[in-house]
Amino acid sequence: MSALFLAATTEPWWISLIKAAIIINIVLVTFAYLTLAERKIMGRMQLRYGPNRAGPFGLLQPIADLVKLVRKESFFPAAAIDVLYIFSPFIAAFAALSTFSVIPWGPGWHIGGYYVTGYVANVPIALILIFAVGSIGIYGFIVGGWSSDSKYALLGSMRTCAQLVSYEVSLALSVLGVVIMSRSLSLVDIVDRQYHEWWYLPYAVPQFVGFVVFMLAGTAETARAPFDLPEAEQELVAGYHTEYGGMRFGLFTMAEYINLITLSGLAVTLFLGGWHIPGPWLQAYGPIWFLLKLGALIFVFIWMRATLPRLRYDQLMRFGWKVLLPVATLNAVITAIVVVAV
Amino acid sequence: MTAQPFGTLKGFAVTFRQMFKKPLTQQYPEYKRPLYPRFRGRHRLHVHENGLEKCVGCSLCAAACPADCIRVVADENTADNRVSAGERYARIYEINLSRCIFCGYCELACPFDAITLGNEFELSEYSRDDLIYTKDMLLAEPIKRVPIQDPALFDTPLPAYRTDS
Repeated sequence: MSALFLAATTEPWWISLIKAAIIINIVLVTFAYLTLAERKIMGRMQLRYGPNRAGPFGLLQPIADLVKLVRKESFFPAAAIDVLYIFSPFIAAFAALSTFSVIPWGPGWHIGGYYVTGYVANVPIALILIFAVGSIGIYGFIVGGWSSDSKYALLGSMRTCAQLVSYEVSLALSVLGVVIMSRSLSLVDIVDRQYHEWWYLPYAVPQFVGFVVFMLAGTAETARAPFDLPEAEQELVAGYHTEYGGMRFGLFTMAEYINLITLSGLAVTLFLGGWHIPGPWLQAYGPIWFLLKLGALIFVFIWMRATLPRLRYDQLMRFGWKVLLPVATLNAVITAIVVVAV
Repeated sequence: MTAQPFGTLKGFAVTFRQMFKKPLTQQYPEYKRPLYPRFRGRHRLHVHENGLEKCVGCSLCAAACPADCIRVVADENTADNRVSAGERYARIYEINLSRCIFCGYCELACPFDAITLGNEFELSEYSRDDLIYTKDMLLAEPIKRVPIQDPALFDTPLPAYRTDS
């Protein structure tokens, strides 16, 4: 009995490995075509076409970009601290990629006698893990700017650091309501409870304030417009990656975009019901619903970038500390009171 | 002006609507916007109807050139080698188009309307050396690549050196 149970629920390590490889590749392809989609959608919103030369509809543009970045000379500031300078893009990209492993994207299937779960790892503290690994990724940005030995990069990394640290607080507080409601930090449990406890309603309905705060703080956290002060390309040289070029710069950009994908995936998981759709039907197609919701959220981020003008630095700090943080705190407190009282 | 959160939402509506409009972009290599008749592009050297060159090698264009990109070496016309209508002719006439700023001072300086600025602007080359246009290149009929607007549509008259030559 117990052996049968084990065979049905646990999976051999190589299945997890295959799943991790598949997930990483899907995330990388999503990243590549996210850059294209962003340029195309923003182009349309500005009455332009966006890239349409490389391949049909510009579909080979990400590959052309990759080839261009890889083939560029890996130049190097003479006074840079080389180990840190080379490794910080890797840290940023690694942290961005690894967080996706705890996000569930399907119900799990029986394939060839094995039960394959719809996630790479079901960590009981998945939410804390995501924030922790995300904070390690910030080291990539800070150390990269500092080790380039350039005042622009140093100031840029300080700016990035200040912004990310400020908004990380609101981001973590905004998900507290969800944690209180689901009584779990595991993303698999959170998705499950959302589906089963709330008449198929996602947490975006009872936790609407938390959702909005999460989206705004998440935009700042991924340094996207209107919070893209770390690299305000119209006003500044660049941010922490001033001295980077070629694929090292590409890795930083990749880290930022994958952070955006992870953040959207987290928002889908925490607030939009994960891979479930409301109602008892068609739950087996989990990955499709997950990708659709992910795409919709990413579209919102792109839309926001094409619409809103960049904040001033003092406005950014004021908004983070005086608006988002109190709202997130109040939301968590009120949720706690309601959950305890009911 | 709308109150703040509604103003922002209106902004979102605007960008969303824009997505379904036809882009204004002109797809350049396929579609070439007609040039205005007085557009200053690549230079041309002209010849008289009897086949003699108008340029007499006076170097006034080179003197007028602010970018110093014209090089003229003159030589005497002889009875058995008559190239231009005047006493002398330009044995070497070169324009370095990688330096030229297309100001048109050379055509203003020219006393015989021998040099004019044409309409060609697609002058990319793989090598800088190829951008030094020699006399026979400037004398040759340029390849028509870009359409030109009908001059009748514009009320500014063409300058004399355009209509005469």
